[in-house]
Amino acid sequence: MKKWGTFLSTVWLGLSTHRLRSFLTMLGIIIGVASVITLMSVGKGSTAEILSNIESMGANLITISPAMGFGAGGVRGVGGTQTLTMEDAEAISQQVSYISVVAPYSSSNLQLVVGTENTNSQVIGTTPEYMSVTNLKLASGTFFSEQQYERGAKVAVLGSDVAETLFGSVSPVGQKMRMGTIVVTVIGVVESKGTGFNSPDDAVIIPLTALQQTVALTRTAQGEKVVSSIYLTVGDETQSDYVTEQITSLLRTRHRLAASAEDDFSIRSMEEIASSLEETSGTLTLLLGAIAAISLLVGGIGVMNIMLVSVLERTREIGIRKALGAREQDIWIQFLLEATFLSFAGGIIGAIIGLGVSMIINRMGSMATLVTPDIVILAVSVAVGIGLFFGFYPAWNASRLNPIEALRSE
Amino acid sequence: MVERFQEVEHLYQDKGDDHQVDKEKQMIQLQDITKVYPMGKRELIVLRRITLNIEKGELVAIMGPSGSGKTTLLNLLGCLDKPTSGSYYFEGREVSQLNGNELAAIRGQKIGFIFQTFNLLSRLTALANVELGMTYVGGVDRRRALEALAKVGLSDRVNHRPIELSGGEQQRVAIARALVKNPSLFLADEPTGQLDSRSGEEVISILTSLHAEQGITLLLVTHDANIAWHCQRIVHLKDGQVVTEESA
Repeated sequence: MKKWGTFLSTVWLGLSTHRLRSFLTMLGIIIGVASVITLMSVGKGSTAEILSNIESMGANLITISPAMGFGAGGVRGVGGTQTLTMEDAEAISQQVSYISVVAPYSSSNLQLVVGTENTNSQVIGTTPEYMSVTNLKLASGTFFSEQQYERGAKVAVLGSDVAETLFGSVSPVGQKMRMGTIVVTVIGVVESKGTGFNSPDDAVIIPLTALQQTVALTRTAQGEKVVSSIYLTVGDETQSDYVTEQITSLLRTRHRLAASAEDDFSIRSMEEIASSLEETSGTLTLLLGAIAAISLLVGGIGVMNIMLVSVLERTREIGIRKALGAREQDIWIQFLLEATFLSFAGGIIGAIIGLGVSMIINRMGSMATLVTPDIVILAVSVAVGIGLFFGFYPAWNASRLNPIEALRSE
Repeated sequence: MVERFQEVEHLYQDKGDDHQVDKEKQMIQLQDITKVYPMGKRELIVLRRITLNIEKGELVAIMGPSGSGKTTLLNLLGCLDKPTSGSYYFEGREVSQLNGNELAAIRGQKIGFIFQTFNLLSRLTALANVELGMTYVGGVDRRRALEALAKVGLSDRVNHRPIELSGGEQQRVAIARALVKNPSLFLADEPTGQLDSRSGEEVISILTSLHAEQGITLLLVTHDANIAWHCQRIVHLKDGQVVTEESA
């Protein structure tokens, strides 16, 4: 123990004599560790946010959308996609078991006008089931009812951002608003979900029957009314696979697809969407981490550089220590400890700065960040490892110096 | 160890060495020590078959012109270097073929160096420099370090850095650094070479009184005949060979 105390005081002496140089060396490691932690926390934060959004929509949600390649657009494509219809939705709701709710929807971009304020927004025409299917929560007012849907009532539920743009601080419920060629009455406002996947904040939801009065729905050759997508929830989650199979065979029959033809629609469960999004953002996190790790590597090269200079400058000291009985490993440990200490201290300081920066990003911006202990431990231990790796060669160099030549050096 | 001694004894009898061998009293025995440095294609022979014995408690001066091999001899004696051939018995133990760590252990425990240029660490105080002498041999003991500084008359200078000390004081710190670990052998390489004559005399008087009072074994390399005159024995080197040995 006494010996290690001596080693540590020797190391401290070496570093404290050149305070500025030690600090600059550490700076490379500090920046590296801080950026690894910050960037990884941004990546992890967005992953967590996406997952919680999806969870809020309900894990048992299934989305049927026109297959890619069958017209432009995807899940939210406007026009162009011709394969799913109101009648498909009705058939699914009547013929497939284990399904609790089915909500087809069609969306259009329409101009909204209130007094002098106006904005363009996505208008979703759907059925009353949409609310329960997507787990919508209302901040005020009500969603439209089955009766309102049946008679094509001109009522609208606003996303929180739309409500704020058009009405400001005035409560929008009960107010009238021009939408395309019709005038609708606002009956409710959706609770804000924040930005992210499928956020309803920027949309207006009205009965599909009302949307038809201002936008003519496209009809297929058979005269069926085309919709953008169909949402449905499965009552019993264990039956998801069965439900998917049933819907597939039903839609293939209804769309009269030959046995060799590919599906003209795609069915995706939330679970699938969640896992593919998670994978994507996991890759992103890794990429961000890798970019930051490069700066850590550069910091490590800085440590090596300084240690080589330090060994050169202290050749005479090394000679004196050897004359006083220092063995090769004593010198070696001294310089290796110096390098490791520099990068460890840099790692700790960098971790603190990284935590601070990611907290600031979380408070200030719209980006969510998430620091997990494993990121911090990983970053700091990589920093220490870099110190050991890049300190090894200079320390070995120092230990191998010939004492006579070292003593003779200036 | 015992076997080693017998070996030594045996060698001496074989060679019919005219030195009276008393293994209790022997500090250093050099036999046919040769040191050759490669200089490109040629070789530079620095020491030629040097045979030299030094007893415990002796005060010996090594003199000779520049290039005569004094410093090389001192480096070999100090276990900083290995001879090309020949045997070196230190306190009866053959050390010429030991590995680096074993040599470092001998340097640390048995040998105290005093250099012409002092070789103190400039950023350490006098006390810390003396403590450095114990760092690699058993650990630092502040009380002993202070005692050593007191012996060289620097009790009031313990917290000064080398730059705040005169040359003579710096050399006295270096002597304290060697003294603190109580080595078997002191090696001084022109200890007064960088000092004015008054500081030089002070340093020499400290060394000679340590010899007189504590019976230290001291080998010193010098140019100065006045200093050599203080010694019991003077070994003259020339061209890597011992030319004369005179006793005072």
